[in-house]
Amino acid sequence: MGASEWRLIGNLADIPRSGARRVRIGEVEVGVFRTANDQLFALEDVCPHLGGPLSEGIVHGNSVTCPLHNLVIDLESGQSVDPKPKCVRSCMIRLEGDQVFLSNPDLHELASKRLS
Amino acid sequence: MKQKLVVIGNGMTPGRALERVFDADPDAYDVTIFNAEPRVNYDRIMLSPLLSGEKTYEEIIIHGDGWYIDRGIMLYKGFKVDHIDRKARIVYSGDDESAEYDKLLIATGSNPIVIPVPGHDKQGVVTYRDYDDVEAMLWATQRGQSAVVIGGGLLGLEAAAGLAMQGMKVTVVHLMPTLMERQLDPAAGHLLQKAVEDRGITVLTEANTKEILGGPSVEGVLLDDGTELAADLVVMAVGIRPSVSVAEEAGLEVNRGVVVDNRMRTSDPNILAVGECAEFENDVYGLVAPLYQMANVAAETLLGDRTGKPFEKQVLATQLKVTGIDLYSAGDFEGGDDREEIVLRDARRSIYRRLVIAENKLIGTVLYGDTANNSWYLQLIRDGDDISDFRDTMMFGPGYADGQSADVAVASLPDEVEICGCNGVCKGTIVSAINEHDLSTVDEVRTYTKASSSCGTCTGLVEQLLTLTLGDDYKPKAADAVCACTDLGHDDVRRLIEVQRSQTIPDVMQSLHWKSSEGCAKCRPALNYYLLSTWPGVYEDDQQSRFINERVHANIQKDGTYSVVPRMWGGVTSADELRAIADVVDKFEIPTVKLTGGQRIDMLGVRKEDLPAVWADLGDAGLVSGHAYGKALRTVKTCVGSEWCRFGTQDSTGLGVRIEKFMWSCWTPAKVKMAVSGCPRNCAEATCKDVGVVCVESGYEVHIGGGSGLTVRQTELLCKVASEDEVMEIVAAVVQLYRLQGHYLERMYKWLVRVGFESIKESVVDDPERRKELYDGFVYSQSFSQRNPWSERVNGVDAHEFQPLAELDLVEVV
Repeated sequence: MGASEWRLIGNLADIPRSGARRVRIGEVEVGVFRTANDQLFALEDVCPHLGGPLSEGIVHGNSVTCPLHNLVIDLESGQSVDPKPKCVRSCMIRLEGDQVFLSNPDLHELASKRLS
Repeated sequence: MKQKLVVIGNGMTPGRALERVFDADPDAYDVTIFNAEPRVNYDRIMLSPLLSGEKTYEEIIIHGDGWYIDRGIMLYKGFKVDHIDRKARIVYSGDDESAEYDKLLIATGSNPIVIPVPGHDKQGVVTYRDYDDVEAMLWATQRGQSAVVIGGGLLGLEAAAGLAMQGMKVTVVHLMPTLMERQLDPAAGHLLQKAVEDRGITVLTEANTKEILGGPSVEGVLLDDGTELAADLVVMAVGIRPSVSVAEEAGLEVNRGVVVDNRMRTSDPNILAVGECAEFENDVYGLVAPLYQMANVAAETLLGDRTGKPFEKQVLATQLKVTGIDLYSAGDFEGGDDREEIVLRDARRSIYRRLVIAENKLIGTVLYGDTANNSWYLQLIRDGDDISDFRDTMMFGPGYADGQSADVAVASLPDEVEICGCNGVCKGTIVSAINEHDLSTVDEVRTYTKASSSCGTCTGLVEQLLTLTLGDDYKPKAADAVCACTDLGHDDVRRLIEVQRSQTIPDVMQSLHWKSSEGCAKCRPALNYYLLSTWPGVYEDDQQSRFINERVHANIQKDGTYSVVPRMWGGVTSADELRAIADVVDKFEIPTVKLTGGQRIDMLGVRKEDLPAVWADLGDAGLVSGHAYGKALRTVKTCVGSEWCRFGTQDSTGLGVRIEKFMWSCWTPAKVKMAVSGCPRNCAEATCKDVGVVCVESGYEVHIGGGSGLTVRQTELLCKVASEDEVMEIVAAVVQLYRLQGHYLERMYKWLVRVGFESIKESVVDDPERRKELYDGFVYSQSFSQRNPWSERVNGVDAHEFQPLAELDLVEVV
C-alpha cells in the first residue's frame, strides 16, 4: 500500500457507532459512516435530493436518512431507497488496525467531478 | 451471447420500455442509448411545474445515473444519431461514435414547430419542449419583464402560467377566436380565458404574428393588425411534428411519423419505433398514456413475448396542468349532425361539462372546473357501452348511475377503470396490490403500481381506494403503526415498554420483534423519547437516535448552517444580553438576525464549527439554550401585564418567567409553546398555544390544546384557579400527562383530540391525587434533564459533532 494511494483520516474510535463524521479534502466534503456492526462507508457528503449533509443524518442498518428531507440512502450502493433512485458518489475506505483510510484516487475523482 | 439493443432517444417512452425489458429479463440485452439531450430520463410532463417553480429538476428525474450504471447501460448524453446503416446494423453519431445493434429502438420524439415569421431566429425566441427550453425561459425571467407566448393551446397556456408565476408580464397571442378551440366550445373557452386572465395574463385572440422585432435579441412582437407588444422572451407553442429525419434517411417507411405495426415494428423487422415519432394506423400520439402502452408492447416484442395485447387505437385524453385550473378532455368532442350533446354550465362556480353522445354511446367529453369523474367517462368512451339506462344522471357521475349517492363514486367504479391515465393503472390493479402487499400509503401504492407517480392528478383517487380497500383495518393497523419497522402502534409500544420494563432501544426492538435490525429514522427518535420519558434518571439518552438538531442543539438550515436562539425568559431581555448578541453577530459574521414569533432573537447562518464558540460568548452574558431546535418547551410568550399595562390584571410577565424557569429543558413528544396574557384582551395570544394562561381579576384561566401552525385551533379552557402556585401545579401536571401519553411528534392539540378533553380534565383537575402524582413526576424528571446543553458543549461534550474528522489537502497521486 503506497502512502499516496490511501490517506489516513483518523481512528475508528473517532467515529461514533451508528454515526458519521465529515472529512474535508480541499473543496470536497466526504461523509464517513460507521454502522452498528462497525462497517465503514464513505460517500460524498451531499444528498442527491437538495444537497443536504448526509453525515448529519440518522444512521440505521446500512442506511442513512438525510436530515433535510428524509431521503434514505443505502450506504453500500450510494443509491436512494425509492422507486426513482438517485445516486451519491462514493469513495473507497479501509480500516487497518484502528486506522481509517480513504482512497486518494477516489478523492481526486470526487474533486474533479465537483469542479466540472 | 447477449444481444445488442441500441436506443435512439432517452425520453419517457423508451425509458419505460427499457424498464419493462430489464424487469422481465435483466440479461436479455446489452443496451446502448444515444440521447441528443445531455441528460438522463426525466418526467417531461412535469416541465410546467418546473417552469413555475413548483418542482425542481431533481424531483422530476425518472432514472438517475445510477439506474443506468446498475443495468450496465451505456448512455451517451448529448449525442445525436445522424445515420443508420441497416445493412451492417450500425448507428453513427457524428464521426466518432457508433454502435452495432441486433435490435434498434427509434424513439426520437418530436420537434416543436417554429413559425417562420421574420425574426424567428432572434435570441430570446424559444420553444417549449424540453429542459433546455425551460432553462432558457427561467433565465429570461431573471433579466426581462415581459414575455409573449404564441399559441393558446395546452402547452402555450402552461408556459404562460409558469412564466406569470415567475413574475413575468405575459401576453398570450392566439390565432383563433377562443382558447384551446380544439378541446373547448366557445363558452368554455371564455371561462378558461377568464381564469387565465385572473392570473394577470393578457390574452389576445384572433391575433396573428407578423414579425418578431429587435436586434440580435428579441425586443417585441408585431401583429397583423399593427399592434406592437414589448417582449424580452417569445415562446412559440404552436405545435409539434414527429422527428423522423434519421428514420427517413435510413429508408424506413415514414408517413407523418415512422410507420409501425401493432407490435411497434417498423418496415425493417429489426427496428422498432415508439413514442411521439411513431405512427400507428395514421395516428401519431403525444400523450403519456398511449405512449407508455407503446412502450409495454415494444418491450414484449424485444423479449420475443407475444402473449400480451397488441397495440390498439387509443382514446385520447388530455389534462391541462396549470395549478388551480382543472380542464380535461377525452375522445371525440367535435360537434356534428349525428351527435347529441349534454351540457352543464354553471358560470358562477366556473363549472362546465360537456358529454358528446352518438348512437347511445358516449364518445367524448370536456370537463372544466370539476374533473373528478374523468376516469369514469374515459372508461365509458373506451368500452363503448350503451348509456341509455343512466343517460339522465350520467352528467352527475358514476354514483348516480347506480342510483347511489355521489360519495360512493369510487366504490362503484368497475375494476377495469383506469385510475392513473399516465401509467395505465386500473382500479383492480391498485386494489389487488393493496391487498397482496399490505400497502397502506399512497407512496407504497406508487412504488408497487406506479399509479399516481407521473402527473399526480389521480392521488385523491388512490387515497380513496386505500380507504375503501382497507376499510376498518386502515386506521388501527396502517395509520397508527410507528413506522414500517413494526405493526405496533405508538400506544402499544409505550405500554409494552412499561410492562416489559425495556430500558434500551435494542431491548425494545428485540422484545417487540422489530422487523428491521436497527430501526429507521422514524422509530429510533420515537423510541428514544419513550424510553427517556418512561425511565427518567435510568435511561441513557441515545444521541445517535436523535435528529441532528437535537444532537447539536441548533437548527439545521437548508445550506447546512445552523440557527441559534438563546432563551429569553418570558420574552424579557436586557441591554447586556442584547449587547452580547450583537457582539456575537459581529464576531462570527452571522448573516441574519431575526425576531421569532415566540419573542426571541434568532441568529441564522452560523457555521457548525462556530457553534461552541458562539455559545461560549452567549453563555458569558448568562444566555442559555432556547431549545428552539427541540421537541421540548420552546417559549413562554408574555405581555407586560399589571406591572406596566393599564388593563393588566396580574403579573403576566412574572408568571411567564416563572413557568419557563420551572419547565425549560424538558423533552416532550413534540414542541410545546406557551403564553401568559395579563388580561382577556390576550395580547400574548395565549389561546392558540399548547398551554395558555389568561389572567383575569379573580385569578388565572388555564387553557390547553391550541395551535397556530399547519392547523389553527383555539384552546379549550381547562380550569380557573386563584393563585400562581396552582397554575404551576396544573400546567406541570398537564404537560407531564402529555409527556406520558403523547405519540412522538404528536402536538398537544392532537393528543387532546385523540384522548379526549374530558379524560385530561379528570386526571389534572378533578383528581387532586393524580394531579400531585403527575406534578411530582414532572419535577423528578426535571431533576435529571434541566441543564444547559450549550454550556456542556462549550466544556467539550460531544466535541466530535462540531469538528470535521480530518481536513486534508489534495495531493497528487504518484
